[in-house]
Amino acid sequence: MAAYCARRLVQSLLILLGVSIITFALLYLLPADPARQIAGRSATPEMVASIRHQLGLDQPFYLQYLHYAGRLLSGDLGRSYVQRTDVTALILTRLPPTLVLMVGSIATELALGLVMGMTAALKRNTSVDRVLMVISFVGVSAPQFVLGILLLYVFAVRLAWFPIGGYGSLRQLVLPALTLGILGAGWYARMMRSSLLDVLQQDYLRTAHAKGLSGAVVLLRHALPNAILPVIAMIGLDIGTFMSGIVVVESVFGWPGIGQLTWQAIQRVDIPIIMGVTLVSACAIVLGNLLADLIAPTIDPRIKLR
Amino acid sequence: MHFLREGLLAGAAVLALSLASAQAAPKQGGAMTVTYKDDVATLDPAIGYDWQNWSMIKSLFSRLMDYEPGTATLAKDLADSFDISPDGTIYTFHIHHGVKFTNGRELTAEDVKYSLDRTVNPKTQSPGASFFHSMKGYDDVAAGKADSLTGVTAVDPYTIKIELTQPDATFLQVLALNFASVVPKEAVAEAGADFGKHPVGSGAFRLAEWMLGQRLVLDRNKGYFKPGLPYLDRITFEVGQEPLVAQLRLQRGEVDIAGDGIPPAKFLEVMQDPQYKDLIVQGHELQTGYLTMKTTLKPFSDVRVRRAVNMAVNKERIVRIINGRAAVANQILPPGMPGYDASYKGYPYDPAKAKALLKEAGLADGFSTELYVNNTDPNPRIAQAIQQDLAAVGIKAAIKSLDQANVIAAGGEPDQAPLVWSGGMAWSADFPDPSDFFGPILGCASASKGGWNWAYYCNKDLDQQGIAADAMADPAKAGERAKKWGGIFTKVMEDAPWVPIFNETRYTIHSARIAGTNNDVFVDPVHTPVNYDALYAKDVQ
Repeated sequence: MAAYCARRLVQSLLILLGVSIITFALLYLLPADPARQIAGRSATPEMVASIRHQLGLDQPFYLQYLHYAGRLLSGDLGRSYVQRTDVTALILTRLPPTLVLMVGSIATELALGLVMGMTAALKRNTSVDRVLMVISFVGVSAPQFVLGILLLYVFAVRLAWFPIGGYGSLRQLVLPALTLGILGAGWYARMMRSSLLDVLQQDYLRTAHAKGLSGAVVLLRHALPNAILPVIAMIGLDIGTFMSGIVVVESVFGWPGIGQLTWQAIQRVDIPIIMGVTLVSACAIVLGNLLADLIAPTIDPRIKLR
Repeated sequence: MHFLREGLLAGAAVLALSLASAQAAPKQGGAMTVTYKDDVATLDPAIGYDWQNWSMIKSLFSRLMDYEPGTATLAKDLADSFDISPDGTIYTFHIHHGVKFTNGRELTAEDVKYSLDRTVNPKTQSPGASFFHSMKGYDDVAAGKADSLTGVTAVDPYTIKIELTQPDATFLQVLALNFASVVPKEAVAEAGADFGKHPVGSGAFRLAEWMLGQRLVLDRNKGYFKPGLPYLDRITFEVGQEPLVAQLRLQRGEVDIAGDGIPPAKFLEVMQDPQYKDLIVQGHELQTGYLTMKTTLKPFSDVRVRRAVNMAVNKERIVRIINGRAAVANQILPPGMPGYDASYKGYPYDPAKAKALLKEAGLADGFSTELYVNNTDPNPRIAQAIQQDLAAVGIKAAIKSLDQANVIAAGGEPDQAPLVWSGGMAWSADFPDPSDFFGPILGCASASKGGWNWAYYCNKDLDQQGIAADAMADPAKAGERAKKWGGIFTKVMEDAPWVPIFNETRYTIHSARIAGTNNDVFVDPVHTPVNYDALYAKDVQ
């Protein structure tokens, strides 16, 4: 177990290294010049050159990258070009809201998706099954902005059941989590359905029924644990997606997550923030997958970590 | 009897008048909430140059000069009085006694000098350093050879003397820019590079709280040197709010001012709703939206082609595309700017004449070109309208829709972006003076890589005329100077490097409980978008 973890960690570090080099190179190749952005529209060429020199942007690519990587090792993600603040501080203030939204959304996705998927699998090929699959299809296809504004308008503006956006209380989490939950539930529903259908055909379930166990016990103790593995893998991926930021929902609900930070940084070509957020989400994706892989053997003892 | 009655009436009238004038100054108190979509970058006055932080900085700091609220009229701020030498090169300001920073220390002339030195110093990376180019010693400090401007001297704690290398008619306006705000040395030293997040000033408000990405809170500066100002006790800025959602919250009474304006999707509905009629203030920004043509690239190097393009664009249709939120422009300067010529006719919309001019230039079959545009709505739609107008006279323009930074970068290259629609990146005045509308966007010095003169227009004669006009520093000559600038811009229109298309109208909607000392403070041309010092809460009166 420990050796497996160690190996995976080394692999993760290599992945992160690769991500950092590729992202750095892509940003370096952008035609937009950060020095000019900072110097502003009224600056003289001398001022632009001075700023470029101060930021180290006149150095060759590999030197710039080495300086960046060096600072990275000491935990310094640099300073934002536009906001003139530590990138680490900026990202840290955005992490709690992002995590809260992630937990709330994944919980909603699982609650809705797993129930839909199980019901569809158990009532397979009936009208219930077909209706649920259509709903999940619509959920997967609906645009975030449309669903978010719709829920906000109906439940917050017209009915006033919830506050109109913002962050801080549980009531403010409901609508954004519901938006993302409905959109993501479709994936889990379909995954759960097909996985459960496979498991339901297995012989050991027939044995369990024959032993006299009730339908619920068979489902929960014997079928589900085997069906849930692909779902766990999906959660791992989902965590990664959430940590990269959900710009649209954050914008609609005024949720101060990492998505808004990234979006603004991209528009202003604020390279340190873009690099910082990319690395943080790469870390999250890698960790999420690692977690999913580590949990798998606890659910299915047949899986051996190699 | 007559006497008594008349006397009583007169007495009543006097009483009524004195009561009315006592009502004139609003009572202090109350709070307000303002929303913005983007986070506030920094509150460092030497650096802040954004839509959100410009007016916040004006309320947190003081500077020698400012403007009357809601107007473009210069007024003294920190300066009680000032003298200008007869040759216009020496300005002496007498600073108000007893102005205190929010850390308790009194503001002196040394602080003014420190602040100006700091802004020009390249280590500060201030986007406003170049505005101070006419101060003696600027070249050395900007080149990093000196730390102190030789032309700025603190004669005594309340007197500051500034020497210029030549008379500069815009100098007083430059001193009213945020970049000239006064900052305390010890607070900057303590906060270091984080001064922008921990500002200390002497303005009407002070920063009470800042939760990054969520909200900022400004509290009234109880020690503010102007008695009775400001009126509000507290302003809360909520950031990260989508304009559409901010509008919904305003309609519900949760928000007092939507800092980003009325979202286009709700514009017509809100404008036609009678309950908001008195709450929407209309103002004209000192801004022009224009199409630039790269004068160094064929065929736009031929003035006939440029004039043809001027006559090919249907400006009224473009204004309709943006729901009428602008006025058609026929010249470069916006209305309200000194030098604007209300009698100037400009180029008419005449596609037939445009075709004739193109034929004269040897391009009867038209030509192909590229039109660069910012990819945020409504600019791509405007670009499509321009594309259709050009196609009608035989010019095939391919649209290149990119994000702002990349369009600006392409515009600054000598061989890229032959046509650029300025929407979303249009020039708006830093200060209400025509020279700000010339140098950075039409002057020879900015016709270089990375400059904002996307037309690469360079007319050395006009450049010299501009310099001469700016040397007319005598306030008595202001009218003559405005006329001179007007003449310069008329000549530019003859050369037609641009097609001026419209001047945007700004609309600010506010809640019923907030009012301003005059309505224009909601669309303040200088404290954009809103002048926070001049607002008061009606429910406290």
